[in-house]
Amino acid sequence: MIVQLFWLYYAVPMLFGINLGSNWWIGVIAIGLNYGAYLSEVVRSSILSVSQGQYEAATALNMSSFQRMRLIIFPQAVRMMLPEFGNYTIQILKGTSLVSLIGLTDILYYGDVMRSTSLSLSPLIYLTALIFYFILALPLIFLTRKAEKIAKKGVAS
Amino acid sequence: MNLNYWSWDTFFDALPVVLQGLGITIGLTFASYLFALIFGFLWTFLRRVPNRFIHFIVTWTMEFIRSTPPLVQLFFIYYALPVIPYIGISLHPFACAVLGLGIHFSTYIGEIYRSGIENVDKGQWEASTALNISTWDKWRRIILPQAIPPTIPMLGNYFIIMFKEVPLASTIGVAGIMLLARSYGAENWSYLEPLTIVGIIFLVLSYPSAVLIKKLENRFNKRFDKNQIMKDKGAMQ
Amino acid sequence: MAEPIVTYKDVHKSFGDVEVLKGIDLDIYPAEKVAVIGPSGSGKTTIIRLLMTLEQPTAGDIIVDGRNLWKMEKNGKWIHANENHLRSIRGDIGMVFQHFNLFPHMTILENCMTAPVHVKNEEKSDVKKRSIEMLERVGLGDKLDNYPSQLSGGQKQRVAMARALVMRPKIMLFDEVTSALDPELVGEVLNVIRDIAENDDMAMILVTHEMDFALDIADKVLFLDEGVIAEQGTASEVIEHSENPRVQSFLQRFRG
Ligand SMILES: Nc1ncnc2c1ncn2[C@@H]1O[C@H](COP(=O)(O)OP(=O)(O)OP(=O)(O)O)[C@@H](O)[C@H]1O
Ligand SMILES: [Mg+2]
Repeated sequence: MIVQLFWLYYAVPMLFGINLGSNWWIGVIAIGLNYGAYLSEVVRSSILSVSQGQYEAATALNMSSFQRMRLIIFPQAVRMMLPEFGNYTIQILKGTSLVSLIGLTDILYYGDVMRSTSLSLSPLIYLTALIFYFILALPLIFLTRKAEKIAKKGVAS
Repeated sequence: MNLNYWSWDTFFDALPVVLQGLGITIGLTFASYLFALIFGFLWTFLRRVPNRFIHFIVTWTMEFIRSTPPLVQLFFIYYALPVIPYIGISLHPFACAVLGLGIHFSTYIGEIYRSGIENVDKGQWEASTALNISTWDKWRRIILPQAIPPTIPMLGNYFIIMFKEVPLASTIGVAGIMLLARSYGAENWSYLEPLTIVGIIFLVLSYPSAVLIKKLENRFNKRFDKNQIMKDKGAMQ
Repeated sequence: MAEPIVTYKDVHKSFGDVEVLKGIDLDIYPAEKVAVIGPSGSGKTTIIRLLMTLEQPTAGDIIVDGRNLWKMEKNGKWIHANENHLRSIRGDIGMVFQHFNLFPHMTILENCMTAPVHVKNEEKSDVKKRSIEMLERVGLGDKLDNYPSQLSGGQKQRVAMARALVMRPKIMLFDEVTSALDPELVGEVLNVIRDIAENDDMAMILVTHEMDFALDIADKVLFLDEGVIAEQGTASEVIEHSENPRVQSFLQRFRG
């Protein structure tokens, strides 16, 4: 991830001669490239893990393939996806800390600026930064746990 | 695409420079992985302490470490730890990185151990109790030998994941390939080639490890798939 | 006698190199109750899965109510049926599976309502009324808002039957619907089938290992052996008086 981020940061403007406007887009692209693949894999495998019997039952009730996907397969797959999405969202949140390295002004960037003015404050600064991240992650942690519970209840027949 | 900026001269000039850091990068991967493997055990056992308060503290400490960025944790260890009054210790960047990455990933590894232990058949615990095996022997001879092997592929995956995170250590001055590439870039005012080298090295090294782990996975799945064992038995008879 | 509602004409089915059905000829009349018995692997499930369009025959024709199931006429030529053609016929057929296949993310009432509402575009309030009646009929009127995971196997199977029945099929297929159940739950499911068999005028095809039950409700019994119908007749002819040694040795195992 960090390798891709730096590579994009230096390579894109050179190779393609385009300036993406701001490094913000570089961050977005690096994170998107990294997690997009994971997330589509989550979607794919959740859909595949809905059992064959569910397809057959839907067919036996004369559903069209679109109805089958919309009413039967996808709702079950989503229940399996959600906890994974929660986990990956936390990963992405963590990943965003890297963008300070390409000069974006995120939490960590301000932390660094403050540290350079007062070295003795750095324990406080970094602890605060960590707590900030944790507070941002907390709702995701709770949502993920909740999604896990729902998934356990709603899927196994 | 504009390739005018690409220079093979720079590429081959940078290659030996960057490669000098390879030993450090790989060494750091192994060291922090080992650290995480050991520390993971600690979490797992702390969580089993039958005290709700300790359980709560341990669970949330793990959650905290896991859901905050390893980069910030590295900074904390590197910049903040030395200046904490009284207990402040100043560590070599390499040691900081081992500590930081090791602790961060130990929370994931601990989770893997836990799932391995939970998957050991309940009957095995009961049988060990029935046979009056001591707690120490129960863990050492009965539970862990069954709990760990099925988790090996997952543990292997984390080796690759950690390998990919190791360049983070360049930010606190560990002179792995990433740092060397960036300083080469700064000196020669061309980042593209050295960073491309870093990218290639990571691709080249993680692909075979991923294949290796896939193989391991297949082997262990086979070994621990009970149906397979039954089938093998059936075939022998 | 009336026209058959289902006709199999020299139907073959292979999986890869293995021929599982080797020429099935069969007529089923409206309201007829047909039991299919035979050893494991003889092709019983495959016969009804072909009718439910869950598998395609390798050769032969299946005619449902005068329409060829797997072929359709286009510009004077017979071509392979498309999804629309299949759907136009599939509505006449309902199926109950060995492993229930209830939709785990829906309450049992929703399980019953979803197909009539979305597939047949029926009025929701009508469907709801009918679904509740049907669930009451199978003895689950007090469980409407439960999820499948909260039910016993026997209850799940009764929901599956209600779900198929609210679609008002002309032909109902049952594939060993009691063989995944604990022995003490088999009776309640058989009672529901008996109730349907006696009071509704659908044709029914039951794959079953319950010989006494087959004897009790079936108008016709087929004995399937290695992909062919080795014996067919009234329940009493096949189950009680067959001369066929294969039938006898098969039945022997059930009598113990
Ligand atoms: N999808 C499939 N792919 C390959 N072979 C199959 C498939 N479905 C069924 N078979 C094979 O076809 C044969 C007949 O299967 P079928 O399920 O119709 O038997 P059955 O009479 O229902 O048996 P049982 O009493 O065990 O349910 C079996 O040998 C089975 O292995
Ligand atoms: Mg079968």
